[in-house]
Amino acid sequence: MSNVLSLTTFLPILGVLLLLFIPKESKGVLRNVTLAVTVVTFIVSLIMLTGFQTNAEFQFVENVPWIAAGPFIMRYNIGIDGISLWLVILTTFMLPIAVLSTYTAVDEKVKEYMICLLLLETGMLGAFISLDLFLFYIFWEVMLIPMYFMIGIWGGKNKIYAAVKFFIYTMVGSLLMLVALVFLYFKGMEAGITDFGLLQFFNLKLDMATQVWLFLAFAFAFAIKVPMFPLHTWLPDAHTEAPTAGSVILAAVLLKMGTYGYVRFAIPLFPEAAHKFAPMIATLAVIGIIYAALVAMVQEDVKKLVAYSSVAHLGFVMLGVFAFNVEGISGGMLQMINHGISTGALFLIVGFIYERRHTRLITDFGGLSKQMPIFATVFMIVTFSSVGLPGTNGFVGEFLILLGAFESQLRWWTIIATSGVILSAVYMLWVFQRVMFGELDNPKNQKLLDLNAREIVIMIPLLIMIFFMGLYPKPFIDKMDPAIKKLVAQVRVASVNAQVMPASDQMKMPTGHQAMPQAPAANTGSEMPAGNAGSNMPAGHSGMETPAVPTAAPVVNPHEAK
Amino acid sequence: MFDNVWLIPLFPLIGFIINGLFGKKIKNEAVIGGIGTLMIFLSFLVSCGILMQMIGLPPEQRVFEKVLFPWIHSGNFKADMAFLVDPLSVIMIMVVTGVGSLIHLYSIGYMHGEEGFYRFFAYLNLFCMSMLLLVLGSNMLVMFIGWEGVGLCSYLLIGYYFHKKSAGDAAKKAFVMNRVGDFGFLIGLFTLYWWFGSNHNIWTVNFMEIKAASHLLPYGGVVTFATLCFFVGATGKSAQIPLFTWLPDAMEGPTPVSALIHAATMVTAGVYMIGRMSFVFVKSPETMMVIAVVGAATAIFAATIGTAQNDIKRVLAYSTVSQLGFMFLAMGVGAFSAGIFHLMTHAFFKACLFLGSGSVIHSMHHALHKVHAHDDAQDMRNMGGLRKAMPITFITFLVSTIAISGIPGFSGFFSKDEILWMAFANPYHGNLNIVLWGIGAIAACFTAFYMFRLVFMTFFGECRINPKAKSYLHESPLVITIPLMVLGTLAAVGGYLGMPKILGMLPNYFEHWLDPVFELANEYGSKYAHHGAHPSHAIEWGLMGLSVVIALVGIAIAFTMYVKNTELPGKFVATFPTLHRVVYNKWYVDELYDYVFVNPCKSFGQFLWKGFDVLVIDGIVNGVANVVMGFSGIFRYLQSGYIYNYAFSMVLGVVVMLGYFIFK
Repeated sequence: MSNVLSLTTFLPILGVLLLLFIPKESKGVLRNVTLAVTVVTFIVSLIMLTGFQTNAEFQFVENVPWIAAGPFIMRYNIGIDGISLWLVILTTFMLPIAVLSTYTAVDEKVKEYMICLLLLETGMLGAFISLDLFLFYIFWEVMLIPMYFMIGIWGGKNKIYAAVKFFIYTMVGSLLMLVALVFLYFKGMEAGITDFGLLQFFNLKLDMATQVWLFLAFAFAFAIKVPMFPLHTWLPDAHTEAPTAGSVILAAVLLKMGTYGYVRFAIPLFPEAAHKFAPMIATLAVIGIIYAALVAMVQEDVKKLVAYSSVAHLGFVMLGVFAFNVEGISGGMLQMINHGISTGALFLIVGFIYERRHTRLITDFGGLSKQMPIFATVFMIVTFSSVGLPGTNGFVGEFLILLGAFESQLRWWTIIATSGVILSAVYMLWVFQRVMFGELDNPKNQKLLDLNAREIVIMIPLLIMIFFMGLYPKPFIDKMDPAIKKLVAQVRVASVNAQVMPASDQMKMPTGHQAMPQAPAANTGSEMPAGNAGSNMPAGHSGMETPAVPTAAPVVNPHEAK
Repeated sequence: MFDNVWLIPLFPLIGFIINGLFGKKIKNEAVIGGIGTLMIFLSFLVSCGILMQMIGLPPEQRVFEKVLFPWIHSGNFKADMAFLVDPLSVIMIMVVTGVGSLIHLYSIGYMHGEEGFYRFFAYLNLFCMSMLLLVLGSNMLVMFIGWEGVGLCSYLLIGYYFHKKSAGDAAKKAFVMNRVGDFGFLIGLFTLYWWFGSNHNIWTVNFMEIKAASHLLPYGGVVTFATLCFFVGATGKSAQIPLFTWLPDAMEGPTPVSALIHAATMVTAGVYMIGRMSFVFVKSPETMMVIAVVGAATAIFAATIGTAQNDIKRVLAYSTVSQLGFMFLAMGVGAFSAGIFHLMTHAFFKACLFLGSGSVIHSMHHALHKVHAHDDAQDMRNMGGLRKAMPITFITFLVSTIAISGIPGFSGFFSKDEILWMAFANPYHGNLNIVLWGIGAIAACFTAFYMFRLVFMTFFGECRINPKAKSYLHESPLVITIPLMVLGTLAAVGGYLGMPKILGMLPNYFEHWLDPVFELANEYGSKYAHHGAHPSHAIEWGLMGLSVVIALVGIAIAFTMYVKNTELPGKFVATFPTLHRVVYNKWYVDELYDYVFVNPCKSFGQFLWKGFDVLVIDGIVNGVANVVMGFSGIFRYLQSGYIYNYAFSMVLGVVVMLGYFIFK
């Protein structure tokens, strides 16, 4: 059981090997074997869920030597904590659904398609579990290739343009990240770090200028993946051209790579820089929320509309993560999972009607409720989950994000972001109305068949999760909570350093930190958990300039004095 | 019994699940309708039990919180799935389950033969569950589930006839406008939570905990901001200015829906919310004034529109908006229990009116259908003289009309008079009081006018229905008339629960009942109230008399215009065409909103997409790609692979270098 993590990650590769021995023509066998492999992977991944101890440590850790090339020591170092746990489960959960959605949708080059899907799964899982920076980079790149082929080979009319755009956008980001990685490694070597192991770098003290440059490089790579405004334009194209399963995986898992990258790498590695850029990132996130919603509103293609709604949803995630408090980050993590489920479901829904009508133009539809009542019910539930109706999963994440961000220094950003809840209702309900309500007057729509058994089976797990996470999110939050508290503590200490430094540099100016009127007020708000979490901090973190905390005490207290 | 409070929302949920999942297979209308009605009736029984138990307890023990399970716990934030039983929520559950049961029963008759009968009952049960969550929630978040849940059900039920475009539009409009309100609700919630947490380390959204800590809140300032945000939420849900335009459109839904959701229960949620948090609202004198002014303005504004509509349900819809304005006026002048009292009496008479109009429409529709006429079954111009054909509907309708008009002895009189009196005599708003009272009184006059106009046009005079259809007009079946009779009776006598002190015949049970809930708010209010001379009994009697006269004047005008001298309305319209057109078109508020918000949003979205996304961002991206391609196109020539090219460039290089050295 000790290497269950590796097992989960590489089971899909075993599946690929198996597929190689199956002839091209037996499409049914290919599909069923792939489905079986993904289901087994999911079941194996559940062992992690049951075996996971609710604490802040990395678990199921495997750490063995891998490559030693001169000064570069890479290790096969993997493990999960509460943050990555759910993303791993999300990945293994979505894959069988994605595979099942291809049964009738993909009829050409089935073998290659299935191989792409399985390679993609390994790539994504690997990226989530890597604790070695270089290993992470490898998996990050591995994901890119199958996705590129899926868009480029099985895509729609404009597939080459979309695939190349997707590839180049992501590549530009990853190259910057690679440079930053190597630079960081050399910085680490100066401080006595011997390999690419992520955890040691958390203790590395970098000067502000270095942090800023490295943070920007990482942040840029991740921002493309999220995608954040204004780097989002690859997404609508990629989504519209990608086949259904590709869109589902892209939305449900691949986009999370970006936000996960911030939570796992960019923020804890360069906390001071992260704090410095928080207002800027929050601004882009909020612009993304409003902008994408407005653009989504006027789309004529259902799939493009859903793609833009993704941009808005991930804007929320970014806002929550950069609130740097437990509520905000928990909300952000939940929202990542929620978005995976809801938007994944939306892309499946679009796929269902596309398969029937071979069009995605909203104007080609209307009145489908009459003809397809089951589909109507499913679509409606997913729509309201995407809108964030309380009782569905979408609400819990969105609420915690907004609550956390409101408590932090991002109060005014939050107020603008909250108006996004109005806009999301506008565009989602409008598209729902135009597709499902009204007269069934198009003759081509009058013979449409309702969902078949396979399609219902695909949707049921998603619908269950929508309500389960909406009504009882406790198990999810509980499992991720310690890891998030640890992260918040890590970042908080750094933020205190960042604030104290200028103040102590300019001793003559007693009002030094009042130059940032929002920040102290926000910090007082969530000072309590930081204190608690701080005491649980593993020994490794005590190196993090402990004297800073007492110095900071007066800074964080002005509100108590009132 | 208190411990079983969770059963109250559970029963309708069960009904929803049964009818939602299996209704289509059950097919039998009696079974489907029976399950739906039984479930809400069971909730009503449990509510009665809770009421009985509470009556038996001394006032200070009438608060009980039941935690069902932990819901969202993260960091400092804690919200449990928990219910609060107190005198206020008990009144609300009694109204919701009581009126709800009657309307479910009515729907069995009214919806007979409709396609999707099961869907209707499933939604109706879901609505009841959400509404019960809203009023029972012991923290803002559970209230918010209900708050959005009722919005969802309202959406589903307005859009029940989804094949009609108007129904789809109305449903979407209702949900989006409610969402605007929800935006306010959320910001208000965040502000309160953040303020208590960061200043006093009290991290809570629980009503009782906030109440216990409410002495820490300052007067005005942050409280004004928070309460104004909450009030935006209330205006959305309760259709007040500026977010009222969705409610008249919501009449696209079946009539029982209008009665239950858009008259008796959901739309009063905003009033309830203010009552629930009275101890916060009252701490902001500014918010109280805004509420009072918005309430009074809505009351008069909607009443004017109501005078010019010809669709029977639209008149009632504007009447509802106007009556909700009265309730907000009450909340704004600190007369919380009067506001809740009007909420209750309004639930009785307005539900009765809507159901009565439904009975009329049902009969009209049936008659017109028989003769294949396509006249509008809801247009009052096609009605007239129906009292003979539909005596029970007529009498119950008349009783409710008398009640809403404020004729002494009927329920509406007691509650409305209390509100007008408090608008005049409250200690908060100084000189504004007289204005508030005046507007309220004029609105009351309009109310009497448009309601009797409706009665006269519908039930009196000549029958203007298609002559062929006339003989098919008939009274509705018992399943429809029984709820009418029950509600009509309540509309008549319900007011005796809360008789004003001055009449002195019965104690004001209602106010005493709610005392423990609003005590604290009144105490906070007295801190900044103007302690001037208290208006005397003589004034109170005088004003009461005046409001009766006002109501009678309204009725008299309606009588002259619509019974005695029926060409008067036509003349009036001919004399003031512009005024009529403006009022008939609802002061063009919808058009204004389209012009100011909806269209700019759409064109801005178009611009962002086509202009920014495609032109600017992709322009840059593709531009970079083109530049790279261009350069590579040029550099390509350098590596052509032909030896003579390379030789030529070598020779060229040598020549250039030689030239350089020679001519240097």
